[in-house]
Amino acid sequence: MADHTEEIATNPPAPVIEPGHTFGTVTDKISSIVLTRPTSTGWFVGFGVAFLVTMMLLFALGYLFVKGTGIWGINIPIGWGFAIVNFVWWIGIGHAGTLISAILLLLRQSWRNSINRFAEAMTLFAVACAGIFPLVHTGRPWLAYWLFPYPNTMQYWPQFRSPLLWDVFAVSTYFTISLLFWFIGLVPDLATLRDRSENRWAKIIYGMLALGWRGSARHWHRYESAYLLLAGLATPLVLSVHTVVSFDFAIAIVPGWHTTIFPPYFVAGAIYSGFAMVLMLAIPIRKLYGLEGFITDRHLQNSAKVMLATGWIVAYGYGLEAFMGWYSGNRYEHFTLWNRLHGPYAFFYWMLLICNIFIPQLLWIRKLRTSPLGLFLISTVILVGMWLERFVIVVMSLHRDFLPSSWGMYYPTRWDWMTYVGTIGMFLAAMFLFVRILPMISIFEMRTLLPEAEVKE
Amino acid sequence: MKTTPIYGMMAEFDSATALVEAARKTHQAGYQKIDAYSPFPVEELAEAIDFHTNRVALVTLIGAAIGGLSGYLMQYWMAAVSYPTNIGGRPYHSWPSFIVITFELTILFGGISAVLGMLALNGLPMPYHPVFNVPRFAMASKDRFFLIIFSTDPKYDPSGTRQFLQALEPRSISEVPS
Repeated sequence: MADHTEEIATNPPAPVIEPGHTFGTVTDKISSIVLTRPTSTGWFVGFGVAFLVTMMLLFALGYLFVKGTGIWGINIPIGWGFAIVNFVWWIGIGHAGTLISAILLLLRQSWRNSINRFAEAMTLFAVACAGIFPLVHTGRPWLAYWLFPYPNTMQYWPQFRSPLLWDVFAVSTYFTISLLFWFIGLVPDLATLRDRSENRWAKIIYGMLALGWRGSARHWHRYESAYLLLAGLATPLVLSVHTVVSFDFAIAIVPGWHTTIFPPYFVAGAIYSGFAMVLMLAIPIRKLYGLEGFITDRHLQNSAKVMLATGWIVAYGYGLEAFMGWYSGNRYEHFTLWNRLHGPYAFFYWMLLICNIFIPQLLWIRKLRTSPLGLFLISTVILVGMWLERFVIVVMSLHRDFLPSSWGMYYPTRWDWMTYVGTIGMFLAAMFLFVRILPMISIFEMRTLLPEAEVKE
Repeated sequence: MKTTPIYGMMAEFDSATALVEAARKTHQAGYQKIDAYSPFPVEELAEAIDFHTNRVALVTLIGAAIGGLSGYLMQYWMAAVSYPTNIGGRPYHSWPSFIVITFELTILFGGISAVLGMLALNGLPMPYHPVFNVPRFAMASKDRFFLIIFSTDPKYDPSGTRQFLQALEPRSISEVPS
């Protein structure tokens, strides 16, 4: 015990916020990125590329609306294809934002204060990208409102026993609550921007968005309650969303899907890929905007540890899937396992194991956990691995189910790829706009981290 | 009588500690209609101005209960009463299938009530407010702390209140025109 204490004393964790900052410097540093700092050429180039890729998405979707889903590689038996693979991938990425903003808030992990804002923005944009896929996958997206229970001339109602309908409610609730959480967190910072901007239009726009926030003690008191309650509500919500997504699979009887490990393993996988995306965004952002004093090595290390932990839950999920394939004694489940290891898509299954289980073990090395470049590369590998996981689940189970006469193969077309890559462009374009027009770090929550914020009696 | 009606008297402080102390003294001196402004939430401040009742949690609870109940009853009515459909031989009132949407609507209504309830109780949005007439108040969203005694307070009188605030050693004092 004594040894342990001594070790902590001589080797303290990296600070959450660089020493020497005051209320004024924190405010200036974060708000100046939005208000006074000239927009760099790099920003224009980055946004321009992302914008062009978004236009490609619109083109691919426009052509889809004209021609129908026949331009995609989907067929019978693989009716789901890229649309569902990408939907699950994107929505999983969104989960880290809510985990950081809600669960870590309830656990009083104050280091989260410098990364929660842009992680929440990431959640919103990722869920927006995710939402596109099931919508266009319906084939007639202009009738998508049929999914909601509204009084209609057919006098018919949606089918509430279907997990696909549960998903509609889960995802739309998730988006709404994430948006509220993000906006409510922004209000005091928008008031700061209102008070500090010189430009008349900026003053008016930030002023309207700030809702007249003036920082009254009564307001803060109610604000804190609402924020904590929202966090308390978002915590079970974020765990439920990917659970419900996994029900889309687990409620079906398709071999490889009909398993009880799906909900926890989906949730862990979601947080795994979400933290990878947080790191992929945080590492370049803190470098480009000189925010190493706020997003410190401690944040990178903690994120790496979360990835290591959730990565092992995911590994356990793969292990249990394989075990149940063998232990169930069900020949179809058994074949699904064999097909993953030796079938026509076996390469992707092996790649999945390498990307999601083997390579991330490098995170045990402390040196790597503190190296931004190393973490960036590992995060890329994890994001690829998690995409492959969804590909393996969706395509490999559907392409060979019960009857060999109905087996088939799935090959994505260029339209599939354009839609997928297009959503990445849309996500990045939205992130570029976000860092330019809104404070990407929560200013008022950063102020509470400073030593002078404490009231001395 | 007066040419410009006065909303209150405002004092500016340098730190959260100074503001909490000043607010406590003001409250102890018998002023009731006071408020304090800080650039971040200060837990002790609400206590110092004797503000305890907070109905946000109650509003959230009511919203969540309405969401959950209406979510379940909606599904029951639609699936078992209005248009019963036989889906795979399951009972019309197959309650386990209704749990997910009931849960989601509980969260949705609870969350919306928390936010809208907080804003409504705070009287927001309110783009114009007399305190914004004080130019130095722009610093309240950066690094300054303000205390205000409203002119509606029974103890308020322009010169006496100013003297009282002066004794608290603020950085500056300003009259707030309404």
